[in-house]
Amino acid sequence: MAELEIQLIAIVTAVACALPGAFLVLRRVSMLSDAISHAILPGIVVAFFLTGTLNSPLLIVGAAATGVLTAGMIESLSRTGRVREDAAIGLVFPVLFSIGVIMIARYAEGVHLDVDAVLLGELAFAPFDRLLVGGADVGPKALWVMGSILVVNVAFIGSFYKELKLSTFDPALAAALGFSPALLHYLLMGIVSITAVGAFDAVGSILVVALIVGPPATAYLLTDRLSILLLLSAGIGAAAGITGYWTAFLLDASIAGSIATVVGAFFFAGLLFAPDQGLVAAARRSKQQRRRFAQHMLLVHLLHHEDAPDAALECRPDHLEEHLRWNPDTAQLAIRSAVRERLIEAQGGLLHLTPAGRAVAQETMVTT
Amino acid sequence: MSLPFALDFTLRTVALGAAVLGLVSGTLGTYAVLRSQSLLGDAISHAALPGIAIAFLLTGLRSPLVLVLGAAAAGWIGALVVLGVTKRTRIPYDASLGIVLSVFFGFGMVLLTFIQRMPSGNQAGLDTFLFGQAAALLPRDVFVMSSLGIVALTATALLWKELKLLAFDQEFGAALGLPMRRLDVVLTTLLVVAIVIGLQTVGVVLMSAILIAPAAAARQWSDRLGRIVVLAGIFGATAGVTGAVISASTPRLPTGPTIVLCAGAIMLVSLFLAPQRGLLAELVRQRRSRRNLRELGVLEDLYTLSRLHADPYHPHPSVVLRTMTSGPESVEPGLLGLEKRGWVRRLGGDLWGMTDAGLAAATREFARWHRAAGADPGDWQPIEQT
Repeated sequence: MAELEIQLIAIVTAVACALPGAFLVLRRVSMLSDAISHAILPGIVVAFFLTGTLNSPLLIVGAAATGVLTAGMIESLSRTGRVREDAAIGLVFPVLFSIGVIMIARYAEGVHLDVDAVLLGELAFAPFDRLLVGGADVGPKALWVMGSILVVNVAFIGSFYKELKLSTFDPALAAALGFSPALLHYLLMGIVSITAVGAFDAVGSILVVALIVGPPATAYLLTDRLSILLLLSAGIGAAAGITGYWTAFLLDASIAGSIATVVGAFFFAGLLFAPDQGLVAAARRSKQQRRRFAQHMLLVHLLHHEDAPDAALECRPDHLEEHLRWNPDTAQLAIRSAVRERLIEAQGGLLHLTPAGRAVAQETMVTT
Repeated sequence: MSLPFALDFTLRTVALGAAVLGLVSGTLGTYAVLRSQSLLGDAISHAALPGIAIAFLLTGLRSPLVLVLGAAAAGWIGALVVLGVTKRTRIPYDASLGIVLSVFFGFGMVLLTFIQRMPSGNQAGLDTFLFGQAAALLPRDVFVMSSLGIVALTATALLWKELKLLAFDQEFGAALGLPMRRLDVVLTTLLVVAIVIGLQTVGVVLMSAILIAPAAAARQWSDRLGRIVVLAGIFGATAGVTGAVISASTPRLPTGPTIVLCAGAIMLVSLFLAPQRGLLAELVRQRRSRRNLRELGVLEDLYTLSRLHADPYHPHPSVVLRTMTSGPESVEPGLLGLEKRGWVRRLGGDLWGMTDAGLAAATREFARWHRAAGADPGDWQPIEQT
């Protein structure tokens, strides 16, 4: 039962993180998720001091406010023109996080709030914290919290889909049409903050970053359409949640760490094997291009010299190395591929264009 | 000092270590900040965690050199992955930073859970790397830190010209025939060294701030690379020593966060108080120029009015001046300012006229505009009345 619940929490958390994450990745502000997930710590601590519990809804409000404040501080710091935006991010969140850590160390000794838990989370303990409604156990609290956040995120993206899409891909047009990109930006930051504070309990503030950035970045390697990107991100996140859980189960290791590692493995797989954007596909494309180019060079060379007095000299296979300055392998590769495609044929030690090869060569001459 | 010798000795070790860490990260952080790679340090320091764990798993040793080497190797790989992914795919730079830092860190956590379960492996000593522990610094740690620091600083000094080109004009460097790609790798390696020096004191999570804050602060004080680098080193060392000593001598005050707050304070002070780029200096400049503009506006109106008379010093009431401008509320303070400069004087009641100095200034300032309007460029002249 606990196993199932942990997996459910992992899936819901991953999907809730991946949806706003897609927009962060596309808007090139992924590192704001790192900043916010750390900077909400003082908000959590203050709300904790005020309410005396980690289970109050006030915690979410406090954290969301801190998150938006963080984004605002970063923006106003970089708007002074004295510090670039990336440096502003790197200045603001460590300072806020430090304040939170020091507050915990100084004033929260002995209470259930320690920094390791915030940073690293512990999914395995999540099912023990039950939500009781009128004395009846309705499930783990983390599942309800993350479930509600997921609903909020889906509702937010659903109702602002058009606006988010426009301001992500063409902020200038969005502004000209009267949508406020700044308002949307801060709404999105609020959503990220809520998600981060809901998730930190389960997976910790660093792995939130893995769930927010990793699945959308992987999906970005696979598709060019926003709607598909969102669905893929959610799917990849959920798959990483389940796979990570079972990896952790088999290795008896940290669940959150395993999920992040699996996110990394998925990304790596996408990086290598994505049909269009992957490194393997890119290498194959570039190899193919090289071969085509060599083949066309060969055809044009033969066209140039066929029936000419020096044909006997120029059209010998081994002469190509000398004349086109090809190394023997390239020459052999080009000849073999051209022969295979019946563009040339070897006769009496010389290479001859076939009619098809002549047509290709002539076309190459015209179009280039 | 009434401190017992032992405490004094610990404090000295801690202070020395923190000074080295601040000096080296301030110096190398400057290049990261100038090259818009501020957050690369964050990715590197998080990526170092699995390296520390693997080094321990492989050797079973907890000696600083082994752990630092492991951290450096993993951090270096992390940095190269970030740069490679950004270069070869369409994944944005910041997304690859986020992925590398969180995934490497997560993997490190998986390894730490293994170490925890090993019979020999209580985690202590390794989890100081999360937040740093200045009080736990031993002389041998400081020795390793200092040696690495000297290597890094020497390399920076020897490659001064090359690194400067790398930071400011990479294409020009390449045109000069310098191996810029390799220099980029060298600089990234030096950055990794600076980070692993600090990991044990400041911790994985906050290390990046020690790279950025001193450099960003120093940037406010100068436009010259040499001065920025030296200042950043000094700021870093100051923040390191202050933070580490406060933390080591106060119970329940973690080191990393304390040093970060010191560095943040230096940054904040610099942002506001630096003489040229500082926000306060900017504010003063702005107010001064606004005041100057306001006074010149009033002077010009007075000048124009005076040309309706035979006498350039002919006084006019401020009521008239108020009708001539779109900002009538600026007339009163403008006149008072001009009076203080000695350019106008009050001739009884509300009547104001130019002085000799005022006339000279007005001629100097407005001759160009009035020439454009067809007047004699040199001197004051009455306008022909029709």
